[in-house]
Amino acid sequence: MSNYTDELVDFDEALEKYDPVLGFEVHVELNTKTKMFSDAPNAFGDAPNTNVTPVDLGLPGVLPVVNKTAVEYSILIGLALNCQIAEKCGFARKNYFYPDTPKNFQTSQYDDPIAFDGYLDVELEDGEVFRVEIERAHMEEDAGKLTHMGGSTGRIQGADYSLVDYNRAGVPLVEIVTKTIEGAGKRAPELAKAYVAAVREIVKNLGVSEAKMEHGNVRCDANVSLMPKGADKFGTRTETKNVNSLRAVEHAVRFEIERHAAVLDSGAKIVQETRHWHEDTRSTTSGRPKSDADDYRYFPEPDLVPIVTTAEWVEELRSRLPEPPADRRKRLKADWSYADKEFRDVVNAGVLDEIEATIAAGTSAAVARKWWMGEIARLAKAADKEIADLGVAPATIVELNSLIAAKKINDKIARQVLEFVVDGEGTPSEIVEKRSLAVVNDDDALGKAVDDAMAAMPDVVEKIKGGKMQAIGALMGPVMKATRGQADAGRVREIVIEKLGL
Amino acid sequence: MSAISREDLVHLAQLAHIEMSGAELDKMTGELGVIVDAIASVSEVASSDIPATSHPIPLTNVLREDVVGQTLSIDEVLLNAPDSDSDRFRVPAILDGE
Repeated sequence: MSNYTDELVDFDEALEKYDPVLGFEVHVELNTKTKMFSDAPNAFGDAPNTNVTPVDLGLPGVLPVVNKTAVEYSILIGLALNCQIAEKCGFARKNYFYPDTPKNFQTSQYDDPIAFDGYLDVELEDGEVFRVEIERAHMEEDAGKLTHMGGSTGRIQGADYSLVDYNRAGVPLVEIVTKTIEGAGKRAPELAKAYVAAVREIVKNLGVSEAKMEHGNVRCDANVSLMPKGADKFGTRTETKNVNSLRAVEHAVRFEIERHAAVLDSGAKIVQETRHWHEDTRSTTSGRPKSDADDYRYFPEPDLVPIVTTAEWVEELRSRLPEPPADRRKRLKADWSYADKEFRDVVNAGVLDEIEATIAAGTSAAVARKWWMGEIARLAKAADKEIADLGVAPATIVELNSLIAAKKINDKIARQVLEFVVDGEGTPSEIVEKRSLAVVNDDDALGKAVDDAMAAMPDVVEKIKGGKMQAIGALMGPVMKATRGQADAGRVREIVIEKLGL
Repeated sequence: MSAISREDLVHLAQLAHIEMSGAELDKMTGELGVIVDAIASVSEVASSDIPATSHPIPLTNVLREDVVGQTLSIDEVLLNAPDSDSDRFRVPAILDGE
């Protein structure tokens, strides 16, 4: 455990004295149908040890065979990160003894990663772009899942034994390693979050990963060190593992900066070690020292032959690349003529796809935004769901909008109808029909409601006659009440004016 | 002189979580040393213009299509497990893993 208490220095104070230096290792699980080296299914959430072949168990005499699709996905990731693709590369054994791998090694790549020397332009929330240099992206396999049993906390400390499920063992991974990132200053935590978000967005956009952080499809190890301002030598770094949400990445980097600053201020030295992130306390605790177990004795995997990538193959894959997410955002923002803040809110709400589909289905950009950022967002919040997960189809918005345009319903009723749609009552038209929600704009019914309202409020009528047209609003309440809120307000106004001969 | 020292072996034993007595260390230092020396004799015949290889046949791109095959049954998976529980391998709690 930690041999010092976690004193923290206020973040802004820490940044006055020190420059943070960052580095990230992001593991991306590919969504191939089978594992990296065996034809066992690559699936999340299945019953324990059901997606296992002799290769995954490392039984004697088995031979791994590389999944071609996994190689192609890895190249696609490399290309999307602006990397060079190795003309020839191979696999290596990373030796370590721990029950999450039954083979006692992880098959990985060592000195010849499939992709290297790239970069990713990361856009921060205010639009500033920060270039993160990519050192390499290499292919490897995931480990099995250990569940620690007994003890009081459910953590490994104090556990009596562990149970191992090898369904995840051998799932294809691409590990993306950045070069050291300097110059982020006080925006380091924000950059950390934005970088991981950008990587996640890219692999999701490529369709090569499910990209769900809550399922561990994208996992981040964050390296943080501090150097005194003006120094030219990096400080000692720590590597925080287990940072598995975007918010956690931001918090973990911030916490480590505050902790490092306190250690350095006290005159002590940073211990080079792994740190474990704890979401509940939003803090890190000491893991193992970095040096002693890192003797992995890599050597070339004798059971696998090298991968050679021809220019033809790489160019064919390059032609499959979708429009980069950043380019797409730029294009959509211009197409839709949203203001900076409007567009940013749409991006942060995660409804770009929904709005694009709604516009494609036939509404204006303004109407699409109004619905997705307004009523649908409100319903999602009430249901404690992501907006995109509420299940509202673009066709629903188009239909609601045309019902409004045809004056069958008004805005207020349209919002009610949407709620019924979300509750699964049917299409907007069906609901309007079934619940008799159509706006009352037949003049007889409205005329009577207006007569009644005017009779009840002679003083209001006098004001209108005297030219105070906004007084018509006072008649609206009783008319709406008489028509159960289904009166067409515009038509009511016209009728009042007609009746008073104005 | 062997390339494997007693310290090397102590280090290896630690990495592999294997407890070894002094006598075992002495014995294995000698045995591993013989193996390493035997393999080292390859470099006597290999000249510097021969690139290192990890595979005897110059093959590349032995790849498999991404198609699901046969998996083992739970009984087969756990057949050689020293201990199991709830369809999973049961192992001692080990602290220093990744």
